[in-house]
Amino acid sequence: MPKLHVQTSVNGDTLDFLCEPAETLLDVLRNRLNLTGSKEGCATGDCGACSVLLNDRLVASCLVLAAEVDDQRVLTVEGVARGDALHPVQQQLLEHAGLQCGICTPGIVVAAKSLLDHNPNPTETEVRFWLAGNLCRCTGYDKIIRAVLDAAATMRDDRSRVSA
Amino acid sequence: MSGEQRFKYVGTRPIRHDGLDKVTGRANYGADFTLPGLLHGHIVRSPHAHARILAIDTSAAAGMPGVMAVITGDDIPKTTARLMMGEGGFDLGDMGDNLLAHDKVLYQGHAVAAVAATSPELARAAAEAVAVHYEVLTPVMTIDQALAAGAPILHDGLTTKGQPAAGVPTSPTNVAMRMELKRGDVDKGFAESDIVVERTFTTPMVHQGYIEPHACVARHGEDGQIVVWTSTQGHFNVRDCSAGILGIDAAKIKVIPSEIGGGFGGKIPVYLEPVAIALSRKAHRPVKLVMSREDVFRASGPTSGTKVRMKLGAKQDGTLVAASASLYYEAGAYKGSPAGAGAMCAIAAYRIPNFFIEAYDIVVNRPKVAAYRAPGSPSSTFATESLIDEIARRLNMDALDLRLKNAATEGDQAPYGPKFGPIGLREVLAAAKAHPHWTAPLGANQGRGVAVGFWFNAGMNSSATVSVNTDGSATVVAGNPDIGGTRVAQALMVSEELGVPVERVRPSVADTDSIGFSDLTGGSRVCYATGMAVIEAARDAREQLKARAAKMWGTDAAHVGWDDGTAIPLNGAGDRTPLTVNEIAAKLAHTGGPVIGRATVNPPMAGPGFGLNICDLEVDKETGVSRVVRYTCIQDVGKAIHPSYVEGQMQGGASQGIGWALNEEYIYDREGHLENPGFLDYRMPVASDLPMIDTVLVEVPNPLHPYGVRGVGEVPIVPPLAAVANAMRDATGVRFTDLPLSPPRVLEALATD
Amino acid sequence: MATIYFSSGLAPYTGGVESLAVDAARVGDLLRIVLERFPALREPLEIMAIAVDGEIHQHADYIPLTSGSEVHLVPRIAGGHR
Ligand code: FES
Ligand code: FES
Repeated sequence: MPKLHVQTSVNGDTLDFLCEPAETLLDVLRNRLNLTGSKEGCATGDCGACSVLLNDRLVASCLVLAAEVDDQRVLTVEGVARGDALHPVQQQLLEHAGLQCGICTPGIVVAAKSLLDHNPNPTETEVRFWLAGNLCRCTGYDKIIRAVLDAAATMRDDRSRVSA
Repeated sequence: MSGEQRFKYVGTRPIRHDGLDKVTGRANYGADFTLPGLLHGHIVRSPHAHARILAIDTSAAAGMPGVMAVITGDDIPKTTARLMMGEGGFDLGDMGDNLLAHDKVLYQGHAVAAVAATSPELARAAAEAVAVHYEVLTPVMTIDQALAAGAPILHDGLTTKGQPAAGVPTSPTNVAMRMELKRGDVDKGFAESDIVVERTFTTPMVHQGYIEPHACVARHGEDGQIVVWTSTQGHFNVRDCSAGILGIDAAKIKVIPSEIGGGFGGKIPVYLEPVAIALSRKAHRPVKLVMSREDVFRASGPTSGTKVRMKLGAKQDGTLVAASASLYYEAGAYKGSPAGAGAMCAIAAYRIPNFFIEAYDIVVNRPKVAAYRAPGSPSSTFATESLIDEIARRLNMDALDLRLKNAATEGDQAPYGPKFGPIGLREVLAAAKAHPHWTAPLGANQGRGVAVGFWFNAGMNSSATVSVNTDGSATVVAGNPDIGGTRVAQALMVSEELGVPVERVRPSVADTDSIGFSDLTGGSRVCYATGMAVIEAARDAREQLKARAAKMWGTDAAHVGWDDGTAIPLNGAGDRTPLTVNEIAAKLAHTGGPVIGRATVNPPMAGPGFGLNICDLEVDKETGVSRVVRYTCIQDVGKAIHPSYVEGQMQGGASQGIGWALNEEYIYDREGHLENPGFLDYRMPVASDLPMIDTVLVEVPNPLHPYGVRGVGEVPIVPPLAAVANAMRDATGVRFTDLPLSPPRVLEALATD
Repeated sequence: MATIYFSSGLAPYTGGVESLAVDAARVGDLLRIVLERFPALREPLEIMAIAVDGEIHQHADYIPLTSGSEVHLVPRIAGGHR
């Protein structure tokens, strides 16, 4: 089977790649584009370690065919920080010790960013349900949830400071 | 050591040094590594749980284009060697046979052959082309099947070690080991008891559930020099096991640890590395092996399913007088369950004058078990703490008061022999009594349970070096993979000893060529034993800095003191101006060259750790679904170096224990096929299943460690099984003895009650 | 004189002897004397670690004993982790 030519945007960079028709976005990111920040914990859509944003929508990249992202916008964990400024979710995960082994962290960062993009003032329950697709086996989630709630608060503060 | 040590850095919560790489996706884990010319491996696994291998035909696979190597058990030498390592020993023969089966397959997923090809797809296709002919045998899936008269025998050569039961043949058998612990007169003890409770408990085989599957890359050079990149809890362990199994010198192998995406004991054994080395040797190219999630479930090392028959006797006033227990632990395909540890932990929290405990290690056609946080303790403790709860109810005593009345304390003889040093069980129980959770009102359909847990905490070998740079910053190098914040803890220790701020200390994990031997990251030993090495190395560096200060002053080193990063003149040094680390460091080249402190240690096991959990459970009696609505963990940690990561260990261990209690289990069909090898059907707790998990750190210093550290990683998983089941009893009135407390099981019990 | 205790169900291998006072400078010497007296202990000893005055050691042969040292045989625990 001939390879497919895909043109897309990843973390703001316009790029193209060749892939097999059956290849997943996760495999292309990791193996062809060297973006190994997205992790494979299951390859069946159950762990969230491979979470990316596809046109601002949260998806499991292990369930997306690479060919589907032609002409779309992909954001991976590598693109979440802006320059030397970490995203508040990243900063708060560090402050709260919201990671132990850190393998779930890229997926959590992407998923939590996406939550706060949609909902700047989530409740604890909303954060827990939004992150229910991201398994973490090390932390018991406590410090992750607190980090996301605090990230939301800092972002609201920043926004009100800007508007004031 | 004084109980009142003052610390400047230890006990603070700085951001971890490796954190930025981990929140930005830059950190490299096992599967992230690649090399030019890399081949992809794939492992051929048995579809049968128990079968004899009659023949393996690899010719079709080997002839496929792009296939560079095919190997079988013939490429892994059979050995009878053992490797003494850490807390136990590894039987390298069993380990080699588990890597690639030689004569028989012993569980579904057992590896029988491996291929290396130019792409993962080709490797998978080639693996499918390997033809294996089996004679299928009857599988032995449960403890009862393994012990039944005339049971199929897994290993013809297996004999019962330890203290075999009288009158039972020691061969042929599926019982690999039996041991006993006893004291006093147990019959007399029960005769003197006012109440006796007795039940049989079972816990299912469960998996550690680390999110990162096993992965490695190996390159075998034509000169026999080997480099392995891998995700492991112990890279020296990988090196020595690989060398022992393949019959080569350890010095020929360099193992470079990647970041590790969780382990909990499951990344101690080797599953892939020697196979990758053997493939690379044959293919003359580097080879990568990565497990799928399904492989991880089927063919890594979960923990034992268990059956525990236990009986406790107490006086009317709550004094425990007798205990007896029979513990049966599944080892999986090869000997080596944590039954012995289960026996030693079972009643370690209590003074019981008369007891008899026997423990059996039993082979069955399931994957060989590996360690899982406090291996052996959760299952036996589930039995003990359930029965203690029952006694409290029968005597109408407060569950904490009953435990306090019987709690072990310093000077008591542990059930496994020696006397306890300073331990914090009473302090933990007192903290529980004082905690608002204990007296908070419960809502409708809610119940509250409490349970304690015990673990030894390991010692073992560690090495560390501390270098002082000419600008006064410092580098600390140790040999233990950092699974949960040990780098930052080590940096804090160096800060404490040298007075260098923690952000000016760079902690790093070195490969097997770059630091002295270090046992694996496990047994809650890294902050204790490796921490001890780090502290000693830092103190060694400090003594050298003092000698350099003496040189700068033109005095004797004996006249130099040290205070918070500054060399100060003592009597005899005259009226010198104190010298800071920075000032001494700037002159290193003038005073004799670089300063490197070093230390290697092999301390005894750390002080025992005790923890306690309080669980509130809400049960929907219509559906059998239960939810943890409030949870508190209290633990004696000795001394918390970085409290956030200590709390994290407690919260993580508790949530694993809650999963074990409520949902997780290996489900096999009658033929021995695993029915739930994925996260969809093997249901681990997700964020929306859990509440916040409150933590209380009790600090009763461990006199064996300079700062009092006890090790914290294991204890947290011990109490939850009984804490949850006791809460279920409180909510429903039903005593559950079989885990998990899944909705169908709860519904069924409520219906028949 | 150090004392070694056989309390952990080892009585069948020691003919019921529960403890023994031994004149030995180090744990290894003590174990040699004990094994001479109770050769049947060799096999169960394989799965034992050694506790000296409450501290559990995996490798105890060269640990010095003093008069009054208490030595216990403790079952080895296999593997552990966080
Ligand atoms: S790897 Fe995609 S959800 Fe697990
Ligand atoms: S930090 Fe290890 S899985 Fe989340």
